Amino acid sequence: MNLGLQIALIPLLPLAGFVLLGLFGRKYLKKSSGIIGTILLLASTVLALYTAYEYFFVYGKVAGAYQKFVPLSYTWLEFSKGVSIDMGILLDPISVMMLVVVTFVSLMVHIYSLGYMKGEERFPTYYSFLGLFTFSMLGLVISSNLFQIYIFWELVGVSSFLLIGYYYNKPSAVAACKKAFIVTRFADLGFLIGILILSYSSGTLDFNTLISTLTSSGTGQAKAVASTFLGASAVTWGAALVFIGGAGKSAMFPLHIWLPDAMEGPTPVSALIHAATMVVAGVFLVARLFPVFSITTPGVLEIVGWVGAISAIIAAIIACTQTDIKRVLAYSTMSQIGFMMFALGVSKYGGEAGLGYTASMFHLFTHAMFKALLFLGAGAVIHYIHSNEMKDMGGLRKYLPITHITFLIACLAIAGVPPFAGFFSKEEILLAAYHNNPAIYWIALFTSGLTAFYMFRLYFSIFWNKEHHPHGEKQSEGGFSMMIPLILLAIGAAAAGFIPFGKYVSTDGTVLESHFDLQFSALPVAVGLAGIFIAMWLYRKESERPGKLTASIYSIYKTAYNKFYIDEIYTFITKKIIFNLIGKPAAWFDKNVVDGLVNLTGKATAEVSEDIKKVQSGKVQQYAIYFLVGVIGLAVLFIYIWK
Amino acid sequence: MMQPGLYHLLFISAALFFIGIYGFFTRRNLITMLMSIELILNSVNLNFIAFNKYLWPHKMDGLFFTVFIIAIAAAEAAVAIAIIINLYRSHNSIDVENAEELKY
Amino acid sequence: MNGSDIIFYLLAALTLVCAVLSVSTRQIFRAAIYLLFTLIGIAGIYFWLDYQFIAAVQIVVYVGGIVVLIIFSIFLTQQAGEKLPKQKIGRKIFSALAVFCGFGLTMLQVYQHDFIETENEAITTNVADIGRKMLSTNAEGYALPFEVVSMLLLAAMIGCIVIALKSKPETK
Repeated sequence: MNLGLQIALIPLLPLAGFVLLGLFGRKYLKKSSGIIGTILLLASTVLALYTAYEYFFVYGKVAGAYQKFVPLSYTWLEFSKGVSIDMGILLDPISVMMLVVVTFVSLMVHIYSLGYMKGEERFPTYYSFLGLFTFSMLGLVISSNLFQIYIFWELVGVSSFLLIGYYYNKPSAVAACKKAFIVTRFADLGFLIGILILSYSSGTLDFNTLISTLTSSGTGQAKAVASTFLGASAVTWGAALVFIGGAGKSAMFPLHIWLPDAMEGPTPVSALIHAATMVVAGVFLVARLFPVFSITTPGVLEIVGWVGAISAIIAAIIACTQTDIKRVLAYSTMSQIGFMMFALGVSKYGGEAGLGYTASMFHLFTHAMFKALLFLGAGAVIHYIHSNEMKDMGGLRKYLPITHITFLIACLAIAGVPPFAGFFSKEEILLAAYHNNPAIYWIALFTSGLTAFYMFRLYFSIFWNKEHHPHGEKQSEGGFSMMIPLILLAIGAAAAGFIPFGKYVSTDGTVLESHFDLQFSALPVAVGLAGIFIAMWLYRKESERPGKLTASIYSIYKTAYNKFYIDEIYTFITKKIIFNLIGKPAAWFDKNVVDGLVNLTGKATAEVSEDIKKVQSGKVQQYAIYFLVGVIGLAVLFIYIWK
Repeated sequence: MMQPGLYHLLFISAALFFIGIYGFFTRRNLITMLMSIELILNSVNLNFIAFNKYLWPHKMDGLFFTVFIIAIAAAEAAVAIAIIINLYRSHNSIDVENAEELKY
Repeated sequence: MNGSDIIFYLLAALTLVCAVLSVSTRQIFRAAIYLLFTLIGIAGIYFWLDYQFIAAVQIVVYVGGIVVLIIFSIFLTQQAGEKLPKQKIGRKIFSALAVFCGFGLTMLQVYQHDFIETENEAITTNVADIGRKMLSTNAEGYALPFEVVSMLLLAAMIGCIVIALKSKPETK
């Protein structure tokens, strides 16, 4: 199976789009840039789907399991024998799945943006950035070694920075893009150190070799486990640090603060980057190194699980109180990624125990569908209303019928109502948690109830409730380009759950039969429905009830509304502690000692040259005298002193 | 007094050289400085001739050097005088102390 | 102490005394004349050394050319009878000191060095030999420097003309 070139083309086509539109877009391709970007991505999507078909059905299984293989590898930088940075492609079920997800969602966003971003001044720039992002994300998922993934990881960070800051004349967008970049960059520092530790202890950067070295008991593993630091082995530290990188990118507590602010970017960008693709990179990374986490460092995996669970519930509580619809969706994203993370955390390697892993990947897949749909739907609403605030909306179901239906499907999917996609993946996650970590299970159950509640709060506030917006002129819902992605994604959100995911993705590549236990499913579904009904009772019609409710639990509401003051804590730590204790002394040192030395050098030079410039008197005879004295001096020196 | 030889000629040559240098240092008039330079050049010529005569009488290298130096000295004197005249035109003086614009 | 020696000492004395006077007199015209006598003294030494050609060149170029040139430039730039400006006494002392040091050092080195006088037969240096050698292109010849010097003289000539050229008053 020679797929190397074909797969390499998948990321390279968006890159070509980036280069083409970035260089010539503003001058020559002003009108056609969107179409060019979309067509290139369509080609990528087709190639990705074809690759998935080949991988799963033509190539199939060897010895009952899907194999990992590297169709293309190119040694780029060789440090020493065995340790080199390669540029390669690694195909395994999750990378193939991610290829499909990324190209599909990106294609939807490209099509959607044709309508949404129409008339923007920097339209070609927007499409070139989208191309760059898609290229980086695709490169990330097919990376065959840790260093390559790091390179693309940073590229993803940069393109996310560019896209969040797309409205660069808006101060809040600028602040948001800086925040996103700095926070993820900070986490990436951990990732880099983790990479170095892992590669040092295993002697390689390549995923396959690294995993096999660290998981099979042998000298490599023994060495990696033996060297310890602060009571934990090197490989534990490496895995934990890598997870910090993943947590930063995936907006896990407490590194999540950038994600809500990142909603300053254009809405399709939020759909692509901050819902479906980039933020799941952390999950993908943990999944990619899953054997290392689960076999060698189960302790770290436990941390992963708890971080995911805490993120899920905190984000869900905050989401219940926010009024900006994109922020609600952002916290919802964080919560759902928390689900994926703890699903990995409660999983074990191999066979039935690996259910959590499968469930996590499954949820990643379905979440990409319905969350992209939610964002694009929200984009359609914002496009119509020109506001992000819930209070400006209401009663829109008559004006935006298609958006209404698709949004409802997405809400049902995320709330876990059968038979929509979210139901299947969430049930699997809950099942895995139930079997392995009951505490997390109960948190997750509560969170999924909250999820249903806040999603339907959003839904009812937008499409039902009382009309707040005076609809003077009759606006259309947005053209075909905006509706087609909504419909396609709605189909995905409705039907994706029926894919027998366990057949394709599992920890060791073998088939994992999904089994649904009606008795087990009853409780989560009931909780979800309860959340929906509460939301309906509160928000369907305009009433006093929400106000009363918030008043009764005002202090909790206030805390959640202010996002548990986590931003304030960060500000306190950075401004009060780091700036005062480290920054100020450093500034003083810089101003007085470093600058002082520089100034002293300059001043001394000026003084001395002021004195010696008088030697340059312009008098020829003086020069001649200096010359003669010099010659005599040299003659004496060479003849009598240095014989 | 002894038989005049190489050392005598070298003495004359060195003395001429340093007299020329003394003149170059103490004169303020550019033309007299030029004369001092001529003295210096002549002392060098005398040196060449002396060495040619006493150490390599079978060759003529020193002789030719002297000829070329005389030619170059002539050219140098001509150029120098042209410069002096030009300076005189612009400064109305050929005092070297007045021509010191080329300083810091 | 034969006649030849006496002539040498006389020539040397003439040369040095005139040189000293030339750099110390305060009348510029006299300085030029003393320079003339110095140059003639050196030409005499060349004669004494049996290098007639060089002596002739010395007289023709220096005495006949350069000194005349200098005298002309004196006429152009100097009011007659005007004395040269005095140099600062400190500068004079310092220069004299430096010059004596240099001279002493040089002579010390010269006297400490043993020059090996050759036993080789001296060759004749008549004009024909010199001319042949100057224009010959073989290893011993001086055709190349000769040409280079002729180029130099040409360049110097053009340079002089350009430098001394009166800049035209800008009428337009």
